[in-house]
Amino acid sequence: MSATFVGMPAFPEAARRALENTQQRHNLAHATGTIRDKRAAVVAEVDDWEALRLAGAAIKDQTLRHLDDHLVALEAALQERGATVHWARDAEEACRIVADVARAHDVDEVVKVKSMATQEIGLNEALEAEGISAWETDLAELIVQLGDDLPSHILVPAIHRNRSEIREIFRSAMGEVGRPAPDPLSDDPADLAGAARLHLREKFLRARMAVSGANFAVAETGTLVVVESEGNGRMCLTLPEVLVSVVGIEKVVPTWQDLEVFLQLLPRSSTGERMNPYTSTWTGAVPGDGPQEVHVVLLDNGRTRALADEMGRQALRCIRCSACLNVCPVYERTGGHAYGSVYPGPIGAILNPLLKGTGVDEQTDSLPYASSLCGACFEACPVRIDIPSVLVELRGQVVDAHRGGVPKPEAVAMRGAGWVLSSSARTARSERAAAFAGRLLNRLPGGRRQGDRRVLGSIPMPGAGSAWSQARDVPVPATESFRDWWSRTDGGEDES
Amino acid sequence: MSARDDILARVREAVSDAPEVAEPPRDYRRAPELAGEDLLAQFVERVEDYRATVTRCTEAEVPRELERLLDGVLRVVVPDGFPWSVPGGEPDNAKSAAELNDVDAVVTTSSVGIAETGTVVLSHGPGQGRRALSLVPDLHVCVIHADQVVAGVNEAVGMLDPLQPQTWISGPSATSDIELSRVEGVHGPRTLHVLLVE
Ligand code: SF4
Repeated sequence: MSATFVGMPAFPEAARRALENTQQRHNLAHATGTIRDKRAAVVAEVDDWEALRLAGAAIKDQTLRHLDDHLVALEAALQERGATVHWARDAEEACRIVADVARAHDVDEVVKVKSMATQEIGLNEALEAEGISAWETDLAELIVQLGDDLPSHILVPAIHRNRSEIREIFRSAMGEVGRPAPDPLSDDPADLAGAARLHLREKFLRARMAVSGANFAVAETGTLVVVESEGNGRMCLTLPEVLVSVVGIEKVVPTWQDLEVFLQLLPRSSTGERMNPYTSTWTGAVPGDGPQEVHVVLLDNGRTRALADEMGRQALRCIRCSACLNVCPVYERTGGHAYGSVYPGPIGAILNPLLKGTGVDEQTDSLPYASSLCGACFEACPVRIDIPSVLVELRGQVVDAHRGGVPKPEAVAMRGAGWVLSSSARTARSERAAAFAGRLLNRLPGGRRQGDRRVLGSIPMPGAGSAWSQARDVPVPATESFRDWWSRTDGGEDES
Repeated sequence: MSARDDILARVREAVSDAPEVAEPPRDYRRAPELAGEDLLAQFVERVEDYRATVTRCTEAEVPRELERLLDGVLRVVVPDGFPWSVPGGEPDNAKSAAELNDVDAVVTTSSVGIAETGTVVLSHGPGQGRRALSLVPDLHVCVIHADQVVAGVNEAVGMLDPLQPQTWISGPSATSDIELSRVEGVHGPRTLHVLLVE
């Protein structure tokens, strides 16, 4: 269980390797295509969809503008309802708070609801270092955890795995950490889900402490909201005695009424359903019902840095629906791992540099270039985050951060790219960025055969980008696959 | 400086020169278009779209329908305040999670139904049971009155009390995590029956 994104190569390199994984590309194309169609159908049903998007964006903008007031109100409301509120400046502080709660209750295992925030802070690894096992209970997260793998999609973290791979993972790994998979086990999804049900039921019934995130936190009432499908969330939020929820400070919405907007926008945008199977709301500790000790950790970890960025702060509106991933031509081909973060795809390409800062590491600096600027992400985003504009702004910041410095050798992949812009004037930035995107993209699309030579095709692009993107085929450099690289180097840790 | 004061100071610093933002537009709030039978028909269609079943019946028919839906079920838990008697039903009596795991079914009432999304909302008061009751057993029979069904999410949010815990249920537990193919039933009840009482 030691997989980590630490040490991932920069995007162009990781993407090139990922593109050679034909199975993954096939799984991804199928999955993103399926969700895209479902989303389009249920969005078309809602005739005030645009009004909801505008409201969602405006509510988040207004909240962020007065985030200090809303956080203070949220804290007071939570405390009034018996919750303990903690504040964490960074990942380390947040992990320590959770570990301290676990230790105070003498538990050596916790069950977890799928949560981006806890992945972002590396909570499982931190708890493991303290001798506390953190069991992921979302089916896809379970697949990722048992496979000692990394998530590749916000909503469907095991989107890169097919059924026979999942069966193998269950058969070989379940028995090591609990109830083994039934034998025989077919690769029918219903059978696989049944195996997960049995394996996790044992853990749910036994666990004394759970860790969750929250999709929304209502400032006026102190209500937390978790949106899910499988019921694993309900198990974690209901059965244990102690519940710790790690909540990014941008998850606040001012009023209960505001949820009416987001509970319409989120399910349709993410799973393409009118409503997800289960939504749980709870306000502090509820006497006689569910955990009697409730903690909430309010997490910064770079969010205030993002908030200070005039153009970039809109990324904090994100409700993690993953619609932008599913419509992204780059994501569809490279998959999520190439982004080297728990936040992949278009939102990851802006959120990671905003949270971590530009000019700090090569990998993060490469992300704003992981886009064709086609604009599909903005169209799909339920809170109207103008991802292309933020990407262009961040490219400029990357350039500025490197101006005057000598690029490191690892930056070679980017040399014909970002750094040639080093004399950039901001006025000319977007045109140059678009031209660069064309060059980068020509390296991306997947291999088809032309004679005996394996070549990269061109990427289908809507609108103005299509002319350049279909310009030429380039040979694929032969090298080890992304996954091979991954296992050889333990996720880059042993890269020499 | 405490983490709290530090974070709040950083927030204030970050937004100090940000422009004021206008009041969010609420023009998505429209008068519901459906009412009466059309509303109920949409509710039934959308609940069934999730592969839950819906039975429409009168108040007087509820005991008979409950008996039919629970036919062959060995153990059923009945929350305090459930208005109908259920033959063989057991009271909650603060059963542990492990004890609930040996129970096959649960019957509950509900607070709100949402036609547009095919959702029933439990707010876990009398008749609805604490949250674990409608979670651990594998079969959930949920009774809702026709006058509790509203058109959309806006109306439902307006009727619910945020201080009560809530579970919004749209069909049985489901996952699409394996090749995006939908499987009913992972951890929550694998079967959901809704009784719509008129
Ligand atoms: S950026 Fe928008 S589309 Fe992408 S995950 Fe966030 S809310 Fe969804």
